[in-house]
Amino acid sequence: MGNKRSHFSKRFRVTVAAASLSLIAAACGSSSSSSSSGSSSSGGTTANTASAPGITATSILLGSHQPLTGPAAPGYSEIAPAAQAYFDYLNAHGGVYGRSITLKYEDDGYNPANTTQVVQKLVLQDNVFGIVGGLGTPTHQAVVNFLNTNKVPDLFVASGCDCWNQPTVHPYTYGFQPDYIIEGKVLGTYIASKYAGMKIGVLYQNDDFGGGGLTGLKQILTGGQIVSAQPYDPTTLTNGLGTQVAALQAAGAQVVVLLTIPAATALALLAMASTGFQPTLLSSSVSADPYTLGGLVSNFSKGKVGASILTGMQTLAYLPAPTDLTDPWTALFKTIHDKYDASQPFDGNTIFGMSMAYYTALAIKAAGQNPTRQSLINAMNTQAGSFTGPGLTPLGYSSTSHLGFLGAEVMQIGASGSLTSTSPIYVTNVNGPVTTHASVEAQVPANLG
Amino acid sequence: MGVEEIDLKAEETKVKKETLIEGGSKLSLKRLIPVPILRNLLLAIVAVVIFFFLSGHLSAYRNYQLSQVGPYVLAILGLSVLIGQNGQISIGHGALMAIGAWSLALLQIHTKLPLGVILLLATLITTAIGGVLGLVAARLRGPYLAGATLALALGVPDIATRYRSLFGGYQGLQINPPSPPAFLGANFTPQQYLAVIDVIVIVIAFIFVANLVNSRIGRDMRAVRDDEIAARLAGISVQRTQVFTFAISSGLAGLGGGLLALVASNVSPGAFSVTLSISLLSGLVIGGIGTMAGALWGAAVMVYVPQWATTLTEKFNMNQGIAANIALAIYGILLIVIVLAAPGGIQGILMRLKGLISGRGRQRATKG
Repeated sequence: MGNKRSHFSKRFRVTVAAASLSLIAAACGSSSSSSSSGSSSSGGTTANTASAPGITATSILLGSHQPLTGPAAPGYSEIAPAAQAYFDYLNAHGGVYGRSITLKYEDDGYNPANTTQVVQKLVLQDNVFGIVGGLGTPTHQAVVNFLNTNKVPDLFVASGCDCWNQPTVHPYTYGFQPDYIIEGKVLGTYIASKYAGMKIGVLYQNDDFGGGGLTGLKQILTGGQIVSAQPYDPTTLTNGLGTQVAALQAAGAQVVVLLTIPAATALALLAMASTGFQPTLLSSSVSADPYTLGGLVSNFSKGKVGASILTGMQTLAYLPAPTDLTDPWTALFKTIHDKYDASQPFDGNTIFGMSMAYYTALAIKAAGQNPTRQSLINAMNTQAGSFTGPGLTPLGYSSTSHLGFLGAEVMQIGASGSLTSTSPIYVTNVNGPVTTHASVEAQVPANLG
Repeated sequence: MGVEEIDLKAEETKVKKETLIEGGSKLSLKRLIPVPILRNLLLAIVAVVIFFFLSGHLSAYRNYQLSQVGPYVLAILGLSVLIGQNGQISIGHGALMAIGAWSLALLQIHTKLPLGVILLLATLITTAIGGVLGLVAARLRGPYLAGATLALALGVPDIATRYRSLFGGYQGLQINPPSPPAFLGANFTPQQYLAVIDVIVIVIAFIFVANLVNSRIGRDMRAVRDDEIAARLAGISVQRTQVFTFAISSGLAGLGGGLLALVASNVSPGAFSVTLSISLLSGLVIGGIGTMAGALWGAAVMVYVPQWATTLTEKFNMNQGIAANIALAIYGILLIVIVLAAPGGIQGILMRLKGLISGRGRQRATKG
């Protein structure tokens, strides 16, 4: 794995990972023997109370809507089980202030009409403390008003729409992954530095996701470098993407940027393979997971085309790569996965789900021993901006910004589906300039609770 | 599709029975207020007032579930008038709901009109579009009509993705759910408010349809349904009747779509797939074709069966593949059982039970 990072640092990181894991094991031993006294010692004299909906003295109930079936299910259906696996691990190590966290996730099939129904059920009937990691732009759009009217915390929406960053309109909603405009700007900056003067084609999803990415790209690539931008609708993916790919080829695109969901990426790759079109490929973080893509390519081509078609494609990443087991977080998540989530594959979606769960736990802990919905929001506005964990870039949370990760780095897919960094970490916000930044990835903490 | 013979009078009293608490004697009421429309109005007001107080005792989530039923009641009622009264068919009522829903969304976003006016306008817009479609429909029969309306169900949601800037594309448009006026008190939840709006709208629609089918137009509709040539001989314009019925039926579906937009607080193509149109049709069959109460049962089945199925799969920890399909399976089995065992639908079963209990041996029980 031709990683840019030196062997010394790699070995160092392995050592750190091993050390921190053993610390966790030690913490586990102590917390399981004194789980009842643990809460009182950490919180002084106060006892745990049922301080808010979904919170009892011993438990916290969170909710989420996820595409467990339907067009977006491949890959994404692994996210919520991975998040729950992280919570299971955390619960076994004392939870947060002695409370165990449960994530109740419901299937919405990526259909906004279903999202309304399941989220109303989670909030009104199941009384969840908050919604975390609700997945999808069109789906979450359907419930964002409802959640904010009812003052339900709506953390870490799994969508990079800039619409979640509206603190005055939606004070209870917070983004997580890089805003699609930010992703577009990062891709544009990378192209400007590495593929200057080449003809750029864009395939984008015809909604806030693809549209936002295109806006960001155009902010950087201003001089007519983009020769063709082809939209598609997720509802018509069954028709394939042959028309769009042919148009990009006809326009002479040398670099093609894919602002597409995994299924569309796979279809585009197959369409390119069938016409012998071989541009340099860059994609948004949305379809960054080689494991998911490989499965889709093989599935769509009925086994005729394998994952090798992905080799050389470059994607954006803001979390450690699932194939890089030298990364302490990937190593930790792999052990959690093997213990609590072994029936699911271990890939980028697992990393995403567990990272999301980790930041959720940090936020709930920051909200105090007996959190309320408002204290969670206060913690998000005042403390979450300085949270560190598996994420490579800083987070944008404050009282005036509800942006999540503020950038990404470019990674190249290798022959075995490995991911190798090919760029510095770029950081920006929606309107500001793009700068490079050192990784803010933190050490694995010994014990969260 | 075999059109059920309907005993209109029986069904009308059935609806009234429903809204009135058991024991309220219909005979004395009939003598007390001999004018049907006044009687219907009184019953409607009673029904709304009773529901208003009942809804206060339900949890917000129960009210939300109830408010989900409303849109489908109206769409199925529209189908019921079209198929049961006039013998036309539509596999495109989901698309008409979509037209109503987008009309409401666009009106709410771009104007400051009160909710009642917006709902009325959405209904009128869909009625007008339905009238134009009715011109086409009146020239087609049987499978050709079914095909044409199916094309509608397929095509309309795609218009939304084609003209993204106006209709919002795949993610659709967001709607602010109505918030209850202050005089109802702080404890009056938005869910309860929506449920009450639902019931008011449904009651108005029921009165309208009950009077329509009992009027000359209603008799024309049935005459055309039973024998077009005979109807023409009797001086009835077959085409005009069919177009009119299609327009009215569309209007009801549009009103349902408007309500659906309010309940879902979002209008997006995913909510108006072909599946919706077909579900409406099967909901109509399950509830009972041509009867007004059947629309209530059909809509309730459409909303509650999937939710019960989800609870069931959660309780027994079934895997996702089963969980995603069990509601459809139950729905399908129910449809087959109903068609085989009780062609009159749930309402037909209820009428038969009523006949058995009262021991009067009504003609309905013996007719089948």
